[in-house]
Amino acid sequence: MSAAPKSPGPMNPSPVNPCPTNTRLHTLGPVDQIPLGEGRAFGVDGEQVAVFRLRDGTLRALSAVCPHRGGPIADGTIDRQVVICPLHQHAFDLETGCSRTGAEPLRAYSVREDAEQNIVLHNEMNDVEN
Amino acid sequence: MTSVLDRPQGRHPVAGPRRRLVVVGNGMAGARAVEEILARGGADQFTITMFGDEPYGNYNRIMLSHVLSGEDSDADIFLNSLSWYRENSITLHANVRVDRIDKFTKHVFSNDGRVTPYDTLIIATGSRSHMPPMDGLYTPGGSVKHGVFGFRTIDDTRKMIQHAQQDHHRRAVVIGGGLLGLEAAYGLKSHGIEVEVVHSGGHLMNAQMGPDGGAILRRSVEALGIRVHTSSRTTAVLGKDRVSGVSLRDREDIACDMVVVAAGIRPNVDLAVLSGLPVERAIVVDDRLRVQDEDDIYAVGECIQHRGEVYGLVAPLWEQAVVLANHVTGADPSSAYLGSRTATKLKVAGVEVASMGLHGPELDTDEHIVFSEPSRGVFKSIVVRDNKIVGATLLGDSRKVAYLTQAYDRGLPLPEERISLMFDVGGPGGDVGVAELDDGAQVCNCNGVSKKALVDTVKGGCTTVSGAMDATRAGKGCGSCKLLVRQVVEWAADGAVEEDPAASYYVPGIPLDKPSLMDAIRKQDLRSVSEVFTALAPGSAEDAKSKMGLASLLKMMLADHYIDERDARFINDRVHANIQRDGTFSVVPQMKGGVTSVQQLRRIADVAEKHNVPLIKLTGGQRIDLLGIPKEDLPQVWADLDMPSGYAYGKSFRTVKTCVGKDFCRYGTGDSTKLGIEIESRFQGIESPAKLKLAVSGCPRNCAESLVKDVGVVAVEGGRWELYVGGAAGAHIRKGDLLATVDDPEEVKVLAGRFMQYYREQANWLERTYSFVPRVGIEHLRAVIVDDAEGIAAALDAAMQESVDSYVDPWGERDDPLTPGQFRTSLPLTVLPQVPVR
Repeated sequence: MSAAPKSPGPMNPSPVNPCPTNTRLHTLGPVDQIPLGEGRAFGVDGEQVAVFRLRDGTLRALSAVCPHRGGPIADGTIDRQVVICPLHQHAFDLETGCSRTGAEPLRAYSVREDAEQNIVLHNEMNDVEN
Repeated sequence: MTSVLDRPQGRHPVAGPRRRLVVVGNGMAGARAVEEILARGGADQFTITMFGDEPYGNYNRIMLSHVLSGEDSDADIFLNSLSWYRENSITLHANVRVDRIDKFTKHVFSNDGRVTPYDTLIIATGSRSHMPPMDGLYTPGGSVKHGVFGFRTIDDTRKMIQHAQQDHHRRAVVIGGGLLGLEAAYGLKSHGIEVEVVHSGGHLMNAQMGPDGGAILRRSVEALGIRVHTSSRTTAVLGKDRVSGVSLRDREDIACDMVVVAAGIRPNVDLAVLSGLPVERAIVVDDRLRVQDEDDIYAVGECIQHRGEVYGLVAPLWEQAVVLANHVTGADPSSAYLGSRTATKLKVAGVEVASMGLHGPELDTDEHIVFSEPSRGVFKSIVVRDNKIVGATLLGDSRKVAYLTQAYDRGLPLPEERISLMFDVGGPGGDVGVAELDDGAQVCNCNGVSKKALVDTVKGGCTTVSGAMDATRAGKGCGSCKLLVRQVVEWAADGAVEEDPAASYYVPGIPLDKPSLMDAIRKQDLRSVSEVFTALAPGSAEDAKSKMGLASLLKMMLADHYIDERDARFINDRVHANIQRDGTFSVVPQMKGGVTSVQQLRRIADVAEKHNVPLIKLTGGQRIDLLGIPKEDLPQVWADLDMPSGYAYGKSFRTVKTCVGKDFCRYGTGDSTKLGIEIESRFQGIESPAKLKLAVSGCPRNCAESLVKDVGVVAVEGGRWELYVGGAAGAHIRKGDLLATVDDPEEVKVLAGRFMQYYREQANWLERTYSFVPRVGIEHLRAVIVDDAEGIAAALDAAMQESVDSYVDPWGERDDPLTPGQFRTSLPLTVLPQVPVR
């Protein structure tokens, strides 16, 4: 077993998108592909995103590559507040992406679970679109 | 040709030429004096040149005891690295000795032929080990006999460690039972050497305490396994080319392989005598630290005599350096040094001794308060004159030391109820002392941190002891002030001090030490990491940093009854491989005892070829490491290998290294290979507070390096096996302590298992055996594990057996991943591995 889902979920512009800006919604598949208390990584719009499922069932999403030395953030250990990069133990706030250990911040994404128990990621394309 | 003319420019251009300051001596006194001068703008006034006859920057000589005992590495004790001299534009002539001063033409002459002019000169030549007269100390050629050491410099210390670690060296005699001698004895003991202390005085540390305290100290020292001979004078060192023993007056000779002379120090005054400076017991200076009758020559540290006193301790030189710098720079011409009150502390783990001032009453009106409890090794004596402490000796209980030291130092008024000097008898106790300290009082003498600096740090929001120590560097020197630092922080935080989590908690997120944590887990029947957080964490909050330690502890305690939540594991333990810098993993199959076969090698070769493995590496633990495997390929690699995991990734039993053994080796005396394989088969994969690396050697040549393993076994002649524990040869180097010598390899397995179980139950999280063994002491371990003094041997064996029985090869998860996406890539858009294929 070596197959890993590498393709991003289908692009799915939401009809109820409250933001007039360039926010794209991505459905990344069922939440139970992420075990409680762990993270899994996804490719979204050419970016790597780590999505975490906290032990209370809620979701968090951060960019998946540690700004320090490129560590795989989705492999980190988490609690309700932070994820710790497995390579050099830099800690990042799961809500904001800010480092608690002096590293550059990770980008934070907003993410939720929809009625069908799918992961829905909001990707704000900032102001500039390329 | 002068050195000062071609030195680099200082940072600030100033009007007029700078004067030339030359410092002879680069020890703690010389360097501290220069630091104080720089702190007073000295860089603008002077071009500075320093001479040191050791080839290094300046280091903390007090900490050599810790280096010898292995508690610190020699790199830890450097105070000023060579770059410090460059940054401060100081010309350092290291490894150069100054032979003569011409005080009339103001030049110094050094042994590299250099002639250096000065305007101001500081002599800080320190002192040297005193070699008392005895026969056989020197070879006919005039050098000290091989195996005889002083204990004064970093080189002395390194040579002693080297000598002690040579295998056939087993016995040492330390001449001198003072502070330094006892620290040397303790340090050698921790290298597994049998140590005897020969002391000419009637009791140990007779310069610091009276006979009552000395007798109790003797018991504590002997309890460490160090033999003590008092009232014994060493008359000769025996042995032709190398040490074979010592002769004592009126007693039997003692056989030994090394002799450490710690019979006091003598000021280095040769230079001053030769140069015509006034020398009595040491170089005579006035209250400004100026050499008597000299306008431009100062002296500081252990080489000086001030008002008849010669000091051999570090605290006075801090005070002297301040006064000297005030005068040399002109910052405070009224500054005067009036002598120091001295206090000393013995740096021997497990034997707390602090001493200051008088040992006993001298005037009829002196009060003398004494408490003695020999069975616990506790002795306290305080001498009070005019309601001030003029002397104190404290053994075996250091709780009031910080307060008493300050009360003695500053002459604080004392409580009427004298017993509260010795014990906290309710009421404010030690806090009173802290509150009464004035703001300017120096709490940490090594780093010059005042009470006010600490208080300001705490008021600024830093309310943990460790945080305040990090912020101010207080307590980061010799460490003897840590207790006082804690008291000041607690006082400043006014009860709001946050406990330092790392201090006693097993993991940072649960406020319990290991015994209490294990107790709570048992009592509340907690089976998983999330249950532990819910039941025991403040606010039931999960803590990422605590998860791995808790998972390991629960598995150790509960074996099959543990509910394994995979999110509590570190990534390595989730995927049974060691994560590498690019997010790929390394795969090390089990190769018991480092013995392999044609079939294994062929399979490993096939796997490496099939998966295009970037790097195939032989490990130090005698296995083969396949590096650069992407996470998603791990199950296939394991399936293709069809070998069990070698556990090269966990905080667990790793491997048993073996030598060739007696089947092939012509020196082998025991079947080390067979025993190594059996040990690895038995204990494979058991988790522990930190990794465990083992070895079995078939003879004392130790080809498997058994002396530097967490558990090391050596076969010796006569079919016997030696079992060493607590060795290390990684970031830290330590020779293991001999736990037992047994006849039967089965007994080796029992004792090794019992030791490992005791370590698993008692050690702190991530505490390797090289820290654990010296912390609890080899005598204690021997009592528990070999002699079953606590009656727990059967329970330890049973607990270990349960762990052994619950072993499952984790690589079996290849066919049936335990969690969804267990082996899914975590860098989906990155092409891995990112290393070149060799």
